[in-house]
Amino acid sequence: MAERKENKAGAKRLRNIFFGNEYKKEATISYGILIVGYILLQLGANAGLIGRNLQGQFVPICVYISLAISLNLVVGISGELSLGHAGFMSVGAFTGIIVTRMMEASMPSGNVRLFFAVLAGAITAAIAGIIIGIPILGLRGDYLAIVTLAFGEIVRNIMNVLYFGLDGKKLKFAFNHTIDGVEGNQRIITGAIGATGVTKTATFTTAMLLTLFTLFVVLNLKNSKHGRCIMAVRDNRIAGESIGINVKKYKLIAFVVSAALAGMAGAMFGQNYSTLAPLKFNFNTSVLILVFVVLGGIGNIWGGILAATLLTILPEALRQFADYRMLTYAVVLIVVMICTYNPTIRARAGMVWEKISPRKRRKKKAEEAADHDETGKEEM
Amino acid sequence: MNFLNSLISGLSLGSVYAIIALGYTMVYGISKMLNFAHGDVIMVGGYVSFCLTMYMGMNGWIALALAMAVCTLLGITIERLAYRPLRGTGSLAVLITAIGVSYFLQNSALLIWGANPRVFTSLFNGVDTIHAANGQLTITAESLFTIVANIVIMICLTLFVSRTKAGKAMRAVSEDNGAAQLMGINVNRSISMTFAIGSGLAAVAGVLMCSAYPVLMPTTGSMPGIKAFTAAVFGGIGSIPGAMIGGLILGLIEIMSRAYISTELSDAIVFACLIIVLLVKPTGLLGKKVNEKV
Repeated sequence: MAERKENKAGAKRLRNIFFGNEYKKEATISYGILIVGYILLQLGANAGLIGRNLQGQFVPICVYISLAISLNLVVGISGELSLGHAGFMSVGAFTGIIVTRMMEASMPSGNVRLFFAVLAGAITAAIAGIIIGIPILGLRGDYLAIVTLAFGEIVRNIMNVLYFGLDGKKLKFAFNHTIDGVEGNQRIITGAIGATGVTKTATFTTAMLLTLFTLFVVLNLKNSKHGRCIMAVRDNRIAGESIGINVKKYKLIAFVVSAALAGMAGAMFGQNYSTLAPLKFNFNTSVLILVFVVLGGIGNIWGGILAATLLTILPEALRQFADYRMLTYAVVLIVVMICTYNPTIRARAGMVWEKISPRKRRKKKAEEAADHDETGKEEM
Repeated sequence: MNFLNSLISGLSLGSVYAIIALGYTMVYGISKMLNFAHGDVIMVGGYVSFCLTMYMGMNGWIALALAMAVCTLLGITIERLAYRPLRGTGSLAVLITAIGVSYFLQNSALLIWGANPRVFTSLFNGVDTIHAANGQLTITAESLFTIVANIVIMICLTLFVSRTKAGKAMRAVSEDNGAAQLMGINVNRSISMTFAIGSGLAAVAGVLMCSAYPVLMPTTGSMPGIKAFTAAVFGGIGSIPGAMIGGLILGLIEIMSRAYISTELSDAIVFACLIIVLLVKPTGLLGKKVNEKV
């Protein structure tokens, strides 16, 4: 009898540690999805259950999850629409490629090179974030979105005409086809063709570590004093300002951290392919990341993780439909958006869910009023 | 002379942007959504007109009218099926749906017409190009007509919005949705009409653009779409004269930077100008400043 009681108390304590409050719940679910997903995919790959095509998607999935998490910092937690996330990714990716190429001779270990690539990607993307963030964060709503869109397009356009090459140990760059003293094979980035001959260093494990790091940064920021300030400004800018929160500062923190994380993910992405063209980081990629965030539920981090995973796998899974693949993808996207956001459908789904979920039913019986409050919260 | 030539082609390109930007700006004004599928409606307009002239041997002008009709219907259908269920749920959800619609249109076009670029026969095939100043100054019929069409459309639209009952209803809905409904305005019909007008204009823009730059692909509409959208923001989104000014300025900047600075960097220059304008005037050139109340 006593043992049983102890067990119950232990279970309660455990539950308190992992699901005690909103923050703990979110963290447990997010980390849980990533770690369980990693283990399952690794086991599946080792057992030969997962095809080659899908295995090739492991690193991109991790990268897209990181991007979704980092964009959630701007869109969900800071409440600003950003349409230029791929721009930061591009900056990070090409910086990373340059850094690894420069280190190739002196550093044999791929993982160390990858580490420095990711670090350099974070730094340059953060600088880009500061440069673009300081002037524009005073803009409101859709205007800010357009400026980020413009930023993404500018980065893509400039990368299209930028040439980098190694002359011995010196790094040189130019805006046209010829760089002084650089032979063809010493070129790192050649304009619209992009980077070629990249030695792949990214692995599923390192990519997953990066994703976990991104998650760690965003969750901790969200649950810090700074995070609460950012969310206060999101919920009511004027009220936040009037209690002494420096609006621009906190918006900038969210924006720059998000940019740096996107740069890291970009660097990882760049290390996963032997060639990489600047066109990869166009408006569509920015939009794709935004789709992950919105589909997962704005501000909901684990929702973003699931959405990124599913939507990266979906085009692969639809391969049998060949030509109709992207069309199906578009239809699925529209239908899912309407089903998740349409008020009537949501209310109906909520009713059905209440009927089938035993926990909800028990709760409803126990505390009618409190339950009402909670569903209200979930709908937010 | 070189400068004048660039000026004319800039104005012509700018007029195309302006006509597309009108669709964006009106839709934004009335339903506060960024309709990213608008660019693809242009492409559909281009393809419909292409098919009618190419396979059915129709006159270009009749084809244009039919393309307008098809795009108008398309616009109404898109609004009805994809955007109306999400009205009032926040702009982000509708934005993503619009992107879904954009993918849908692009991929449908890919399935129907294939990925190969089609060569579009100009609306003015056979019309002579005007040469002036000893042949140094050339004005194509396309660019002349585009500029004139833009001005005519702009005047008609301004008159429509300010004088007619339907136009006033549209303005009322964009001012205050709820109050307009209480005054007995059919909000749904007003919004449908906005989409219809915007999409019809998109067909015109598509045909004019393909007449001047005769390559037609499933992705033809996306870049001009983004640029026209930029133009709408440039001029102050929600404002009809703003869309015209924004479009013209954007077209001029693009052509001038192509002619005098760098062809490859012209897009970057256009977008950099947008950023600068927004920094100086955060709501665009003619945008209304909305004061926030606590």
